Order: sequence, then structure tokens, then C-alpha cells
Amino acid sequence: MQLLQLRNLKKYYATQKAVDDISFSIEQGSIFGLLGPNGAGKTTLLRMITGIFYPDEGEIIFNDKKFDPLNDTLFIGYMPEERGLYKKMKIGEQALYLARLKGLSKNEAMEKIKYWFTKLGMESWWNKKVEDLSKGMSQKLQFVTTVLHEPKLIILDEPFSGLDPVNANLIKDEIFELARKGSTIIFSTHRMEQVEEICDHIVLVNQGKKILDGTVQGIKQQFKENLFRVQLSDIPSEVRSDAFEVTKHSEGQLTVKINEGSTSNDVLRYFINENATIEAFNEILPSLNEVFIKQVEGTKTTRQFQKVVA
Amino acid sequence: MNKILLIIKREYLVRVRNKTFILSTILTPLLFAGLITAVTFISIKKVDQEKIAVIDNSGMLEGKIENTKALTFEFPKGVDSTNYIQKGYTALLYTPGGNVQGYKLISKKQFGMVAEGQLEDKINETLENQLLKSKYNVDLKELEAERKKAGSVSIDQTYQEGSEVKKGNSKLAYGIGYGCGFLIYITLLIYGNMVMRGVSEEKTNRIAEVIISSVKPFQLMIGKIIGIGAVGLTQFFIWIILLVGLMTAATAVLSKDTLKQAQESTQQMPGGSMQAASGATGGFDAISETLGQANWVLIIGCFLFYFLFGYLFYASLFAAVGSTVNEDAQDAQSLQLPITMPIIVSIIIMINAITNPSGTLATWASLIPFCSPIVMMARIPFGVPGTVPYWQLILSMVLLVAGFLFTTWLSAKIYRTGILMYGKKAGWKEMWKWAFRSN
Repeated sequence: MQLLQLRNLKKYYATQKAVDDISFSIEQGSIFGLLGPNGAGKTTLLRMITGIFYPDEGEIIFNDKKFDPLNDTLFIGYMPEERGLYKKMKIGEQALYLARLKGLSKNEAMEKIKYWFTKLGMESWWNKKVEDLSKGMSQKLQFVTTVLHEPKLIILDEPFSGLDPVNANLIKDEIFELARKGSTIIFSTHRMEQVEEICDHIVLVNQGKKILDGTVQGIKQQFKENLFRVQLSDIPSEVRSDAFEVTKHSEGQLTVKINEGSTSNDVLRYFINENATIEAFNEILPSLNEVFIKQVEGTKTTRQFQKVVA
Repeated sequence: MNKILLIIKREYLVRVRNKTFILSTILTPLLFAGLITAVTFISIKKVDQEKIAVIDNSGMLEGKIENTKALTFEFPKGVDSTNYIQKGYTALLYTPGGNVQGYKLISKKQFGMVAEGQLEDKINETLENQLLKSKYNVDLKELEAERKKAGSVSIDQTYQEGSEVKKGNSKLAYGIGYGCGFLIYITLLIYGNMVMRGVSEEKTNRIAEVIISSVKPFQLMIGKIIGIGAVGLTQFFIWIILLVGLMTAATAVLSKDTLKQAQESTQQMPGGSMQAASGATGGFDAISETLGQANWVLIIGCFLFYFLFGYLFYASLFAAVGSTVNEDAQDAQSLQLPITMPIIVSIIIMINAITNPSGTLATWASLIPFCSPIVMMARIPFGVPGTVPYWQLILSMVLLVAGFLFTTWLSAKIYRTGILMYGKKAGWKEMWKWAFRSN
């Protein structure tokens, strides 16, 4: 089932097309990565999904119904890139306040806060103020306030920035668990290694337009360059074949690019015939980082202001 | 609606529990009362006795000048400017050429203004007395007694209100009007600024985005404005209770005699301003008597109305400005100016209007929502419907409410865009564009 569908969303500002005709859909329970360089329009897109902005054109279908910002925001948890909490407010009261704004009753909210605070080792924080917390600690608090009301859709904008590896892992595990319990997670970042690790499905936007849409594996396959790594005990002095070309030569390893019309078996066959002992043989798939750079490169990295004729 | 209540509650509690709020709320009336008490006690404190040796060549003073509380005159023999201190005098008064106009005073210390004034008065009085006696054979004491019998003139004002004839007291109305206008002026600035700082804090803290993903921007804005308004009302309420309590305590502790004494000693002070001050503060009995003449229900009712709607009128504008501010506090200052200007202009109009509460300026200014809270409050104590006809009061209130609805609507549009706009410095032109954009 698809929890969220975006259909031809458009949002134009006076000087730029922040979101220009973007459509995609997100499966319930999946972890979805929204990628894009700075200023690609991610934040505007997320703000439309959270009901902060209204799209100029297009529609958002949430839970099989037209998105109703007034009521549906109760089922959404949004953690913006720039963290925000009241500095002078006590942490317990703050969590309670934010939970109640999401429509929880006082008792429900207290119960949930206790659960999460215990789970993440934050019980002693209750009477502290946010200004007493370190950046990583307030990040944790922000995460808790985002997921407290058990939203169907959780939107996390750069959730790991400022977290040490231990706490980042802690949050990552929670994200997996939330997804397992049925929450859908939109994860916006430009840290590709995290995307590869966490996301099932990604969309890449650049300059307000969608340029990639698919599963992590699918996209890697789509952008593979038929590169293979061959590890040999003894590399022959001369390697020459019609089936492939050597692109890189290093200690005990060759990187080969298979020519069109040939397969990996042709490479193996060649080395077997050469009597070289093959220790390892594997395909090199491009990292998302490489795909990302390749896709975004060549376009103007910083957005140019332009006159919009809508 | 439920969410607005939550926001109001938070805004209210955060501020009311704040230490500075508690301190300022309790300390301000105490400070005020303390100041009044201190002034009273200082003024009735015994004045140092000054013993003055007089070398009276003219013979005009000896035996005729009377001692006062502060000054004792003696006419010893054999005292001159070299030895008056040894003989126990603080000053030496003499006429160098026997000329009565040119008295000279030598002393080891500078005489205070009060003492010098009293000295001059005393000498003048004595000389005048003798002149009257010698030339017209009039005794000043007798004259004084006659004058007291006749009583001095004071105007007893009455005015017609409907069929009722009321006793008027323009001085009291002036005092109340001035106080009310000024109080509204100060609170508009203080609480307006509090709203602005609250909004810009939310924006720079980036909490606004989190909240706005749960509630509508308008709910957040109006919740904050109402919450802070409630803080203002709470503060007034506590002040009124404390002041009434302190007044009661003060009148119980300070006996009537002390008050009378205080009054006398302030009246003895020279200078017009002092005289005016004692005129206003003096006559404690008279004040408590005349205070009863004012229509307190009407005044307090109108005060609360004009405070509340004046605050609401300006608070949303302050919120709009707060929403456009980035980290730079300097921006706030310059953007704030167009909003604080009308408030400052109002107080200037008010000072003018209160001397002529039925004048054209006063009438018009009390109708226009930008200045009506301050100016109308200055006029109301002069009497409704005497000075302020009912139609003016009602029109002023209706216009203020309409004005508040308009500024809130306008500000909400600016606020909605401004609160999420980062990095860019917004000018008035930009805010104007945000306000009149279709969505």
C-alpha cells in the first residue's frame, strides 16, 4: 500500500522554481531517501508534505485521501534540518507540550514520554533545560519529540548531523524499528553512505526536478559500468583480450571493464586459459555517491535566480 | 481551539514563572511605596537648628524678627566675623553700610536652599511688617487673621450630567487621565516588545518550524499574543492588590499628625514645582475624599478595554516585525520604529489633549485606533457623557476593535511568510508584498 503519493507538485517563488513538477510515491513501512544537493528544493518539498506550505499546483495523496494539512499533520512527525527547541523550557515540559500539540492527551503523552526517555537513557533530563544539553543530546531529544506521537509518516531532515557514532547507531536502530512497526520514514540527506545503509527507495532531485527514482540496488545496477575486480595470485605480465580492457592495475588486483557483447565469464575464461590463479572476482557497482556526483555534476551547483513565468 | 489554549498556557506559564517577572511584579509597587515613605520621612525629619548672630546697625530687626524651626536669631554684643564661630554661632548676618537691602551672611558652611529661603522670607517679612506698621499703622498679624476669617477663594465646580448635577474636579481628572494614558503607553511598549522578542526567539531557535508542522501559523501567533496579554493583566491585577494593601497599611501606620506634618514641611519648601507637588500630594484627606468622586467602575472598565484592545492592535504588528527578524538584533530596531512611532506620537498628543479634553485634536485622536487607547483614556476621567459623548466612546471602541482585526489579519500574512524565511533580510517593501499575496 502506498502511504503517500505526490502528483505533479509545483511550488514557484518569485525568483525560482523551487519544486517543478515532481511526482513520486512512497510505500507504507519503507524507508525513503530524498536526496539532492543544497538548494535542490528538498526543504520546500518536505514543507509541502508537512502542510507548512501549500503547493501552487499538483496534489498530495496521504493515506488514500487528499492531504488535509489541518488534520493529517497529526499523523506526521517532522524533524527539520535546523533543530529547534525552546532553550529556557524544561525538557520534560517541552516534550509534553510538543506531544500535546500533536493531539495527545496529557496521560497518553506522559506515558509515551516515559517510555522513550527510559529507552534512550534520558530519565534524568526531565527538569533540565535545553540550554544545559550538548548538541548531540538535544538532537536525541528532538528525535524523541518527533516520533513520540507514533506518526504514520516520519520525516527526518539530516537526523545524524552532530551525533557521535554511538548515538547515531542508537537513532539508526530506532529508525529501523519504527519502520518495522509500520511507520513510513522519509529521510532527507546528502550523506550518501547513510542512504545506502538505511534506505530502500530513493529519489534524487536537482534544481526542482526529479532526476532519479528507484531502489538503491536498482539505481546501482542502472548506473553500473561493467567494472569487475579480479584478484590474482600472480598477475601475468601482459593482459590483452577482446572481451575487456584493464582500467586499473594495482598490487595483486586488476580492475577491468567488460566490452559490449562480452560477459564476466569471458574474463574468467581468459585468466583460466592464462593459467593465472583467481583468488577473487567481483563486480564493482558504483556507490550512490558516484551516481549522485555524476548526475548533479555539470549542472550549476548553486542555483541561479531566474525570472519565473508561471 | 484546543491547540491555541495549549499555546496560550505555555506562553503564560513560561513568563509568569520567570524570576524577573516575579521580582518586577512584587518589587515595583514596593519600590514605589518605599520611595513615597522615604520622601515623607525625610521631609518631616527635624531640621538642623542654625544659630545666627545678627549685627543690626539699622535696628530694624532686633526684637522684631521671629525665630523659625530652622533658624534662631540672636543679637549678641561683641561678635564679629573673626569670633562668631568660637561663640557658638553658625553664621553671622550684618549690614555693611547700614543699608537694609544689602544683608550679608558669613558662615562656616554653605547654607541650604531651604534655610536661605527662610532667612530671606523672614527678613523681608519683618521689614515689610515694620513698613506697614509705621506708614499705614497696619498690623500684619491682624491682617492675616482677618484674611483667614474671610477665607480664600477656590472654585467649586459642578456640572450637569443628564439630570444629575455632579461635583467636578478637573485636577483629579487630570491626574487620573494622565496616569491612565501613561500606563497604557508604557504597557504597549513593554508587552509589544515582549511579543516581538518571543516571536523572533522562536524563529532564530528554529522551533517555529517544528510547531508550525503541528499548528497553523496563525494559531501560534494569536496564542502567543493572548498569552502575553494575560501576563500583562496578571501583573496589573497583582499591582492593584499590592498598592491597595500598601495604601491601607500606610494610612494605618502613619498617623494623621505625621501626614499633616509632612504636608506642612513640604509646603515650606520654596520653588514652584515643590508647591505644585505638595498641592498634588498634600491634602491626603482631600485626596481620599475626592477620589470617591471619580467614576471608578467606568474608568477601570474602559482602562481594561483600551489596554486589552490597544495591546492586541499593536501586538500583532510587533509579532509581524518579530517574524521578519533574523539573528541580527539591529534589524529589529529599525523595523520596529514605524510601530513605536505612533505610540510615541500618541503620548505627545495625549499630553496636549489632556489640557483641553474637548478640543478638536483630542476628539479626533481619541477616535483613530493608532492613538485612541492612550488619548481616549486621558479624556474619560473628565466625564462620560459630559466631556466624551457616548457616540464618541462607542465609535472609538468599534474602530479600535475593527483596527485590531485588520492589523491581526495583515500581520498574520506577514508572519506566516516571515517566520520560515531565513537568511534574507526583509524590508518593509517585502513585508508589504507578503501581506497582499494571494496565498
